[in-house]
Amino acid sequence: MSSTKRSPWITLSALLIYFFLYAPIVVLIVFAFNSSKTNIVFEGVVNQGACGPFYWFCKLFSNDDVLDAAKNTLTIAFISTIVSAIIGTMAALALQRYDFPVKRASEAALYIPIVIPEIVMGIGILVFFSALFTWFNSTFGLVGDGRLAMGLGTVIVSHIAFSIPFVTLVVRARLHGFDKSLEEAAMDLGANEFTTFRRVTFPLIAPGVLSGALLAFTLSLDDFIITFFTTGPGSTTLPIYVYGLLRRIVTPEVNALSTIWILTVLIVVFISQRLEARR
Amino acid sequence: MAEYAVELRDISKRFPGPSGELVTAVRNVTMQIRDGEFFSMLGPSGCGKTTSLRMIAGFELPTEGEVYIHGKPMGKTPPFQRPVNTVFQNYALFPHMTIGENVAFGLQMDGVPKSEIMARVKQALEMVRLPGYEKRRARQLSGGQQQRVALARSLVKRPEVLLLDEPLGALDLKLRKDMQLELKKLQREVGITFIYVTHDQEEALTMSDRIAVMSGGVTLQVGNANEIYERPNCKFVADFIGETNFLQGKVTEQNGKAVTLALAGGLTVHAEAEQSLANGTEASVAVRPEKVNLTGHAGAANQFTGRIVSVVYIGTDTYYGVRLPGDQLLRAREQNDRPDSRPMAAEGDEVTISFSTQAARVLTE
Amino acid sequence: MIQTLRENKKLQGLLLILPTLLWMFGLLIIPLILTFVTSFGGRSADGNVIYRFSLNNYLRLIGLTPEGGFDPLYLQIIWRSLTLAFQTTILVILMAYPLAYFIARAPAKRRNTLLFLVLVPLWTNFVIRIYAWIMILRTQGVLNSVIGWLVGLAGGHFQPFELYPSQSAVLIGMVYEFLPFMILPIYTSLEKIDNSLFEAAADLGANALRTFWRVTLPLSMPGVVAGTILVFVPVIGTFIVSDILGGRQVILVGNLIQRQFLDARDPAFGSAASIFLMLMTLIVTLYYTRRFGFGEEIAAA
Repeated sequence: MSSTKRSPWITLSALLIYFFLYAPIVVLIVFAFNSSKTNIVFEGVVNQGACGPFYWFCKLFSNDDVLDAAKNTLTIAFISTIVSAIIGTMAALALQRYDFPVKRASEAALYIPIVIPEIVMGIGILVFFSALFTWFNSTFGLVGDGRLAMGLGTVIVSHIAFSIPFVTLVVRARLHGFDKSLEEAAMDLGANEFTTFRRVTFPLIAPGVLSGALLAFTLSLDDFIITFFTTGPGSTTLPIYVYGLLRRIVTPEVNALSTIWILTVLIVVFISQRLEARR
Repeated sequence: MAEYAVELRDISKRFPGPSGELVTAVRNVTMQIRDGEFFSMLGPSGCGKTTSLRMIAGFELPTEGEVYIHGKPMGKTPPFQRPVNTVFQNYALFPHMTIGENVAFGLQMDGVPKSEIMARVKQALEMVRLPGYEKRRARQLSGGQQQRVALARSLVKRPEVLLLDEPLGALDLKLRKDMQLELKKLQREVGITFIYVTHDQEEALTMSDRIAVMSGGVTLQVGNANEIYERPNCKFVADFIGETNFLQGKVTEQNGKAVTLALAGGLTVHAEAEQSLANGTEASVAVRPEKVNLTGHAGAANQFTGRIVSVVYIGTDTYYGVRLPGDQLLRAREQNDRPDSRPMAAEGDEVTISFSTQAARVLTE
Repeated sequence: MIQTLRENKKLQGLLLILPTLLWMFGLLIIPLILTFVTSFGGRSADGNVIYRFSLNNYLRLIGLTPEGGFDPLYLQIIWRSLTLAFQTTILVILMAYPLAYFIARAPAKRRNTLLFLVLVPLWTNFVIRIYAWIMILRTQGVLNSVIGWLVGLAGGHFQPFELYPSQSAVLIGMVYEFLPFMILPIYTSLEKIDNSLFEAAADLGANALRTFWRVTLPLSMPGVVAGTILVFVPVIGTFIVSDILGGRQVILVGNLIQRQFLDARDPAFGSAASIFLMLMTLIVTLYYTRRFGFGEEIAAA
C-alpha cells in the first residue's frame, strides 16, 4: 500500500485513537507527582522531604517489598528468556529443517498456548503442580521447609512453557528464507556440523533469535495470569504486587513505580532499535 | 596416484518424493574423470547432473554404488573431509563476513597459520583479479565479482578436484562468455580437475576437455566436444547438442559402415552407422542443417529435389526449410558469407539439396 | 555414535524437538488432562478434590442443580463473558481499522515510527494500565474533572458519570488492553496489498468508496480475522480487567474459575468451567480458521 491522499476523517480518528492509547500513560506519570496520598484527585505537585517532587520515587526505593518484587520479576524474566530462546530455537530448527515422527503433533502442541485462554493453561499448571507436590511430599516424607512448594521455580518453568511457542514462531519465520547452500558451502570448506552452526547458521539467524528473546522477555515481564496461579510466598512479581495494592490502598508509589517501568522499557526498546538499525 | 581423479561406479540415488514414493534422480551412472581435465556434465534440468555432483561433494550419499576420489572410496565421508571443493550456483558467499573472511574460512578450518592465511587470501584474490577486495562485503559486489570470490574461496584450499554447479547461470550473456574463457584459462593455470555442471550445450562445448551428456538420470554419451557433436550415439544427444534434422526410414542394405535406407516418398538415402543393422530396421537419419547444401553437388551421395517453405535470416546465417517428397521437412543452414548476402532462394522455389554420406548418421535409439 | 547421529536425520530432528516436547508435555498436555480428569470430581468438606466420575460440575454450569432445579447463575456468567468478548472485539475492530489504514497509507519512512507508537503502551505493564483507567474513570477522576471543568466554563452544572466500577468500565479497559493486537495484523495485511490493485480498480471506474468495499476490505480480511483471534481469546478468559474495573460485581468466566481455586476452594468445579471455557474458545477459533484461514498474520504480529 502506498501513501496517497487521505481523508481528513481518517487522520482525525487516527489522532483520537493515539490520544486514547496515550491518555492513561500520561495520567499515570502525572499522578506520580501528586501531593495527595489517596491519589484520587490531583492536588498539586508533591514537595516533601529531601527528594522534593520525587518524594514517591524515594519512598518507593525504601520499600523492600517493591524491590523484592522487582528483583523477582527480573530474575524470572532473564532465566525464562534465556532458556526459552534456546529451546525455542532448537524447536524452530527441528520443525523447519527436519522430518520426524511426531512433527505434526509438535506443531499442534505449539499452537495450543496461542489459541487457548491463558487462564486455562494457568489453572492446568496449578492443578498439576499441586498434585505433583502433594504426591512427592507424602511419598518422600518431606515436611516443613523441606517440602516442595510453589515459588520462583514453578513461575520460571511456566514462563518458559508459554514463551517457547512465540520464540519458535519468530525464529521459524527467520529460518524460512534461509539459504541452505551457505551451510553446504561451510561444510564443503572443511567445517564440521558444529563449526558450521557456530560460524554460519547461528550468526545468520541471530537477529531472529534476538527478537524472539525480546518477545519472550516482554511476555514474561508483563505476565499476570500464569504467574498468579504458579506463584508462592517469596516469589511475588511486580504485576502481582501492584494487583495486591489495588485491592487495598493505592498510593502514588505505584505511579512512581509505573513511571520508572515505562521509562526503563522505553530506554531498553530505544537501544535495541538503535542496535537493529545499525546492522 | 590413481588413474582417475574421480570415478563414479554404478551409482544410483533415490529420493522420497512428495507423496512418499521413491523418485530415482540418478540411475546406475558410471563415469571416469581423468586427472587435470575439464569435465562437464551436460543435460536438461532434472537429468541428474547436479545430484551426481552433490554426491561427489558429499552433500548427498549414493543409494547404491560408490564414489572414488583418486582411487579412495568415499563411503559416508562427510563433505568437510573430502578433498574437493564446490562453487555454488548462487555463489553461497557468507553475507555476514567480508570477502577476506569468506576466502579465509576454508583455510581456518584446515588450521593454516594466520600469517599464511593472509598471504594466501591475498594471492587468491589476485588470481581472480580482485586484488584489495578483502574488506568489502559480498552484497557490494556485482554478480561476476561474487562469482570470482566464490572461485577464489574454493581454489585457495588447493582442492584435488573443483566442482562447479552451473556457476555462470546467473550472469548475463556477455559476462558469461568472458567468464567461460577466464575459467578455462584458470583451469589450465592451476591444473586442478574441474567438474562442471551445466545445461548450456554451447558452454560445455566451449570449455570442456570431455563432456558427459545426461538425461533422465542416466549417462548417454561421454566424449570430447567433437565426438559428441559429430558422432552422437543417440537421438537425444544429436538433438540436445546443436540442431539436427531427423529423416525416418527403413534399412535396405548395409556394407560395413555404409547403410542405405528407404525413406517415405520413394527417396533413398546413403548414411553411415556404427552398429550393424538388419534389413528392414526402422531408423532415423540425423543430418546437421549446416551440412545440407542448398545447391546440388554433382558428386554428393544424397541429392533430393524439394520446395522452399520458409526462409529465416539470423544474421550470420540463413535457415531454409525444404519440403521433400513424402512430406519430410529438412532445414538447411547456409552461411551469409557472400558480399551481397542476398538469400540464395525464396519461398516457393524449387531447389536441389545435397549432403554427403558422412554427414548422415543412422541412429536407432 | 557421531556417525549414527550424522546419518540419522530423524534422530537429529527428534533431539532438537525433545526439550520442547518435554515442556509442552509437562506443562501443557498433562495439566490439561489433569484439569479434564479433575473436572469430573467433587469437593470434600475441607476443600480438597475427590476424584470420581460425575457430570455434576458440568450440569451445574448449564444450570441444572443436583436437586433437579434450574439455576441460571452460571449461564448468565457465560453469556455475559461472551457478550463482553464480542462487544470488545467489534469495538476494537472499529477503532483499529482506521488507525491501521492511516499507518498503511502514511509515507513509508514514517510507518515504522507510527507503528512503534502503537506498541509503546504495550510495554508498560498490563495491571498498571488498568490501574490508570481507575484514575481516569472513577467518579472524582480525570474524565469527570475535565468534563466538569469544561461544562463549568460554559456556565453549566455537570452531574459526574458514575463509570467506575461498572461493566462499561470493564469494556473500556478491555478495548484499551487489546487494541494494539488488532492494529498490528490489520496493518500487516493492508501493507501487503499491491498498489497496482488500487490503480486497476480506479482504472476500471471504481470510486474511492467502492474501491474500499470491493478491494481493500476483502484483501485485509485475513488481518481482521487474525486480530479477532488475538483479541477474542484473551478477552474471554481474562479476570483481572473485570476484577479491577468491575469492582468485583462484573463476574466473568475467568473470575468464576479463579474464585473456585482461591476463595470457594472447589477446584473440581473450577476445572469443569475451565474445560468449558477452552472448548468454547476452540470452537470459535476453529470456526474462524476453517472459514478464513490464518497463521501468517499472527506470526507477523
